[in-house]
Amino acid sequence: MKILIIGGGMGGTILANNLARRLKSELKSGKASITMLSASDKHMYQPGLLYVALGRMTPDELYRDQASLLEPGIEFMVDPVTEFNLGANQVKTKGGKTHAYDYVVIATGSRPVAEDIPGLAENSINVYTEQAALTFFKTISEFQGGRVVVAVGVPHKCPMIPPEITFCLYDYFKDRGILDKVSFHYTYPIGRLHSLEPVSNWMQGEFSSRGITTETLFNIKEVDGDNKTVYSEEGSKAEFDLLVAVPAHKGMAVIEQNDLGKGGWIPVDRNRLSIDGYTNAYALGDTTNIPISKAGSTAHFEAEALAENLASIIKIGAPVRDYDGKVFCFIEAGKDRATYAMFNYNNPPDPKPPTKSIHWFKMAYNQLYWSSARGLL
Amino acid sequence: MAEKIVIDARGTFCPGPLMELIANMKLINVGDELEVLSTDKGSMGDIPEWVNKVGHEMVSNSEQDGVWHIIVRKAK
Repeated sequence: MKILIIGGGMGGTILANNLARRLKSELKSGKASITMLSASDKHMYQPGLLYVALGRMTPDELYRDQASLLEPGIEFMVDPVTEFNLGANQVKTKGGKTHAYDYVVIATGSRPVAEDIPGLAENSINVYTEQAALTFFKTISEFQGGRVVVAVGVPHKCPMIPPEITFCLYDYFKDRGILDKVSFHYTYPIGRLHSLEPVSNWMQGEFSSRGITTETLFNIKEVDGDNKTVYSEEGSKAEFDLLVAVPAHKGMAVIEQNDLGKGGWIPVDRNRLSIDGYTNAYALGDTTNIPISKAGSTAHFEAEALAENLASIIKIGAPVRDYDGKVFCFIEAGKDRATYAMFNYNNPPDPKPPTKSIHWFKMAYNQLYWSSARGLL
Repeated sequence: MAEKIVIDARGTFCPGPLMELIANMKLINVGDELEVLSTDKGSMGDIPEWVNKVGHEMVSNSEQDGVWHIIVRKAK
């Protein structure tokens, strides 16, 4: 059985390692093989970008060699897929190779597309790539005061970034001693401050005590850089001195180019993660169309469920469990406090007030992540 | 011919039905419809408000066995 995994991010890596352990004897005897194709030889810890943007981590801390994270027995190639032919059970790569498979899992992630909104990319800062995070830190370290506007595109990965970046920037300017020269205005696309109602309710009080003004039902339409104004689809506008964007995202271009899903979002079964219309093709992580958080933890828990199912399909001919929609997200509430939201398809989140100990757990997880990626945690 | 896409947001909390609607609105053409299924009563008040504010069309809004069905047509 040839298992092909497309994408070396969090979901693909945890899936590959989990599978390799479950299929140890099959890999050894040659009854099964696991091949991973990735666009990069490096694995990036994406949640670390927030800390790079705040000057609390350096970019080198974000990366490890992908090969170093993989269990023995996994064949790894840096050769991104350019063509998918799910009907013929094969893919073609940039390097000109054709890979046939018995099972394929697409875990190619998502990307920010600030450039899709007129004026947004060149007139805002964000934390979603290494370069963007470095520019973010340079900008905030040179900022001398004024009105900071937070504007959020849909969809985006890491749904906690809008409140996190607001709270963390507040504390950053406070520590720089310029908080009296800075005002914050937070906008959000739906009718409350966050998609999770308990988080939104908590944010109300926290924003109120910090004097942060808000506007909901604000979806970015365009940015006028000359007049430093961001306009919404809803007909309102916000003037800024510093525009902090959470850009809208799309799936990787190769997904749309191969007609696998509009916007790069692949339609899948929300429990089995099988791609609609296929019994041997799956997708997980950001690139699915499941109406669930695009977050590392989502990819992590999906990968664990899918690894168990693929292994059982190979061993006993049937899957054994469903992905239950589990998501776990830390929420940084400033420089030294954090809380978290944990939920699944049947149980809503119930975040508790932020504490220092949860912040330090997040700090520890920034290092423990590498054990998660190896499928150990 | 106008397309209709169903967004099954039942049992999902984040990003939630309205955000899913907004995300999918970008992927369809004028005249196409989106039907959102949701079990989140709290979120469902937002959808008609946003649809009217932005200028799309509310086609229908009903509840059946604890599931809200909201159909929206992209108008611009």
